[in-house]
Order: sequence, then structure tokens, then C-alpha cells
Amino acid sequence: MHTLELTVNGQGHKVEVGLKTTLLEVLRDKLHITSPKVGCNTGDCGTCSVLLDGVLVRSCITNALSVQGKSVTTLEGIIEPGDIHPLQKAFHENYGSQCGFCTPGMILASKALLDANPSPTRDEVKEALSGNLCRCTGYVKIIDSVLAAADEMKS
Amino acid sequence: MSNVIGQRVTRYDGMAHVTGETKFVDDQVVPGTLTVKALRSPVSKGKIKNLDISAAEKMPGVAGVITAADVPCNAFGLIPDQPVLVGEDIRYKGEAIAAVAAVDEDAAMEALEKIGLEIEEQQAVLDPLEAMKDGAPQTRPEGNFQIWDDNNYRQVNLGDVDKAFEQADEIVESVHLHPSVEHAPMEPICSLAVPHAGPKLTIYTVSQALYFHLGMLCGILQMEPGDLHCKQWKAKTGSAWRHNTGYADLNYVGGTVGGGFGGKNDIMADHVAALLALKTGRPCKWRWTRAEDLLYSTFRGAWHITIKDAVTKQGRIIGRQMTSIRDAGSYASLNPYVVEKHCYLGAGPYFIPNVRVRGYCVYTNKPPASSMRGFGITPAAFATEVQMDQIADRLGMDPWEVRMTNAFRKGEFTPTKRILNSVAVIEVLQNLAAKAGVELPGHLKAMASTQERG
Ligand code: FES
Ligand code: FES
Repeated sequence: MHTLELTVNGQGHKVEVGLKTTLLEVLRDKLHITSPKVGCNTGDCGTCSVLLDGVLVRSCITNALSVQGKSVTTLEGIIEPGDIHPLQKAFHENYGSQCGFCTPGMILASKALLDANPSPTRDEVKEALSGNLCRCTGYVKIIDSVLAAADEMKS
Repeated sequence: MSNVIGQRVTRYDGMAHVTGETKFVDDQVVPGTLTVKALRSPVSKGKIKNLDISAAEKMPGVAGVITAADVPCNAFGLIPDQPVLVGEDIRYKGEAIAAVAAVDEDAAMEALEKIGLEIEEQQAVLDPLEAMKDGAPQTRPEGNFQIWDDNNYRQVNLGDVDKAFEQADEIVESVHLHPSVEHAPMEPICSLAVPHAGPKLTIYTVSQALYFHLGMLCGILQMEPGDLHCKQWKAKTGSAWRHNTGYADLNYVGGTVGGGFGGKNDIMADHVAALLALKTGRPCKWRWTRAEDLLYSTFRGAWHITIKDAVTKQGRIIGRQMTSIRDAGSYASLNPYVVEKHCYLGAGPYFIPNVRVRGYCVYTNKPPASSMRGFGITPAAFATEVQMDQIADRLGMDPWEVRMTNAFRKGEFTPTKRILNSVAVIEVLQNLAAKAGVELPGHLKAMASTQERG
């Protein structure tokens, strides 16, 4: 067992992990932060996406010890509790979420995009979300949601 | 309700979805939960000669191992032909034989390797057309066909099809192969069973069919359903529940489903998680891997569909013979119902006065197929619409005209003699053409569902 120190959503944590433990396991099983989902556990679907020092990663294929001292943001941490991020509002109002299982990963991938590029084109949104699968929506309303959020954040 | 018609209504659960507060089954945190893993058959058909779990039970971290001997009633389903765990006869590759509950995944996987399993492999049949042949190896003891009345097919008959073929100007025949399709919801199959003091159990489920499955689970576990609706349902149907032991309550918690599409209409994990929770006295979670989900969860079975239509020079279909073969896999699941609906709607949204549909539900040594979006209607619609284009090709007619000529009119009836008083196929097609930028000729624009057929 090894000691891992990391910051999640602004809060410091110290946990014991094995050599094989993934960041997703740390978040879900040890810290009980459940918005990152286990969709495939093989890096293929994006439901486990989180931001690692602001960069979008798949936590299911991120070794826990590789994030020593780093800062992780999950959906729970993109805004102050009780407040709502324009992306969350836009996904809600534009029907960008149906069953909701892909939604945490989708919103984080969208946030990574808008942080880097506040005025993306439709194609740039598609490109940025190409690693996140959704089986319910058919994607159109997800892309609409991201563009609506971008508009709102600019005004 | 009228105040919401025409208005945008946000989802009642939408805000929880976008904030990450929604709790799916896998998100329920119950301290001390054990991890479940199953030993699955490496062969498509065979007999279990020996199953030895004694070494696995003694492995460090293992809290319990179950086999068929631990299942109070080892047969379930709408037609209860499916075991929770194989007793003797293996019917498909991947069928669960034993299950382990352990402190973590590594311990559970190591224990699986310690289970002694000897199988006498038998000849499997994987192609439904082979399974239908005389003398084909039996895919299951009940036979390779689903039986309806005394027939090995479901039939729907209307009018005199043979006469229609005599009167036809053209006979158009086409064969359609529809492959199997996996629903692949983003949330894999998952179940969490939590035992309480006394013989009570709470199961968190991904089920799309809570009340069906609650009843079936009470049968499997020989428990009394704790839920009032279920008791009423039981009183109505009178069957499928066995309640002869002291179990009091089964609390079945569901409703938050991470995508289903018909793929969570059959019990796949709840029974095993429940049995292990009862055996170990600890919460047990069985989350299938994505690979297990893709390989062994239910799916839309493949279809082989032949349509032969008697057609006039004007493009009217006056008779249809349709023969559909469904690869049902190894258990009934919802296959018979899927085949029935396919047969009822095999003629599509068209008025065909003479119809003969035969739907075969054929069992093979594949994982059980089941429902998926449309219960058999979707493949029928696919075949029918390809056929409509083929008829248009043969007659040199506009495919819009062939469809609108045959579309249901008000007061006409389906092959099952259901009279249709509210019909809008023609209007839907006109709308579709307008949206697709297709300029329909005047006589098609003037057509209406309310006009009597000339
Ligand atoms: S769960 Fe990590 S990519 Fe699918
Ligand atoms: S909303 Fe269900 S998977 Fe995207």
C-alpha cells in the first residue's frame, strides 16, 4: 500500500492505494464521489472523465499514484455548492441529458473545451466531445447545450 | 394537463442529472459491500459433470460461493425456463454456473479460478436455419421451436392469400437479414442487494420492469413481496409466486436507469446478488464488466425475413405471405412476445386484404435474446419498407406513390382485424415529403386518409 495525497474539488485528501488502483476507484470507492461513472473501465466511453489540473482525463485509465499532489475536479466541484454553472443550466434547459449517465463526463469535457475556447464552432464542440459516448440523446441536443452555454457565458 | 400542452417542460430529474446528484445503482454506497463475480460457461452447450467449490470457499477474502443448489426456485422468466445458475445443462457460452462474493474484485477473481469444473461438451447449434432442420441437435430439452397451439410458429391469417397470388399482375419477393443488435446502455447491468435484520432484503436494481421482476424475484427467492402493488398483482394473476417460507419483505428499489432501450427488461443480476446477500448476510454488488454486458446481456435477436407480395399493375398489394425466423438464443425471455408483435404488424401501415404471416421463434445455443425498442416491429418495418421500394422498382413507379396507394385509410383494418378509426399515414407521408423537399404530384397531394379507397 502507498499513500496518495491529492486535492479533489478544493479539498485535500490522503488515501492508501495499491499499485493497480485507478483514480476512478479512489474517487468512487474511497472518497464516495460518485459523479464519475464506470461505463467501461477501459478508457473507451468517457463516463469517468474528470479534470486533472484542468486537463480532461479518463479516470478509469489514470493510475492513482500518477496523480500524487495534483488537483482533481469532478462535476461536484465545478461551481460553489448551491450555485449552478451555465453548462449545467444549458444541459438542463436544452435536454442535453436524458438518462443522465454520460452527463457528468459530458459536462466536464464541455468545460475543458470552453475554458480553452470560449466561442467554439459546432464542429469544434463535436471534436471536443468525440471521446464521450451517449446512447440516449443522439448528441444533437448535447451540442446545442454546449453552444447555448457558450453564448450565455459570453453575454 | 391541458396547461402543459404546447409548452416546453423540463425533466423532473434533469437538475439532479446535471449536478451529479442522481444516484444510479452503482452509486449507492453501503459500507461493507462485497464484490460479486460469476463463473461463466466456457462452452456453448454441455453437461456439468463435476462442480467443486470447496477450495474457492476457503480462499482468503471470500464470504460466500453459490451454485444451483443454493437457489430456492431455480427457474424464472415469463415462461419460467431459465435457471439462475446452471444445474446440469449448459445452453450458451457465458451462462452463469456459480458466483462468488468477496471483499474485493481480486479476491473474487482468484476464487473463481479455484472452482473445479468438469464439462462434457455437446454439439451446439448456433444458426437458427440449422436448428430448424429435421434431425438437428436439440438446443434445449423443450425443443428448438417455440410452440403456439399445435404449431411451431405463430401465425396471423387474413383473407385468401392463394387466390390473391392467382390474381396478381406481379409477384415480388425479397429476403431480409437483420443482424442482432446490443442495446449497449452507458450504464452496465448492476445490482446491489442489502440484507437487513430478519429475513429481509433490499435490492437496488437497474430493471426497466420493476413489477414483473419483483414478482419473479419473489418466486426465485420464495419470498413474500413486501410491496402492496405486487400483492395486488399476485392476487390478480394467482401464479408465479411461491411464498411458503418465513420471508417477510423484499424491498425492490429502482427507477433510476442509466439507459435501457429494452435491454433491462429481464432479470440478469438481481437474483444472484440477492442470493449471495442472503447467504453471506452482507451487502453484495454485482456490476457486470462492459465485456460481460456486451457478450451476455440480452439483445435484439437476429431475423431472417422473407416477404412475397401479390401486386397489381397499379401498385396495390393485394396479398402478402411473410415468413420470419427469429434467432431467440437459448431461453424464452421475451422472445415469444417479440415474435407475436412482429406477426401482428408484419404488413406494416398498409391495407393488405389477404395476409399470411408465420413467425418462427427458434432456439439456438446463444445467450438469450429479448426485447429491444419495438418488440419485433422494427425488423418487420425495415423489411416492409425495403419491399415497398422493390415493388416500386419492379413496376417502375414512384416509391411515394406505392406507399400512399397502399397506406391505411380510415375504417380499414389490420391483419388481426383491428378496425382503424384514426389514421394519418398518408398525411404523415405528405408532411415528410414537404420536409424532405420532395414535390409530390397533384393526385398524391390531394389524397387523404378519410377518402374511401376507390
Ligand atoms: S469508464 Fe473510463 S472511459 Fe469508460
Ligand atoms: S443521456 Fe443516457 S447516455 Fe447520455
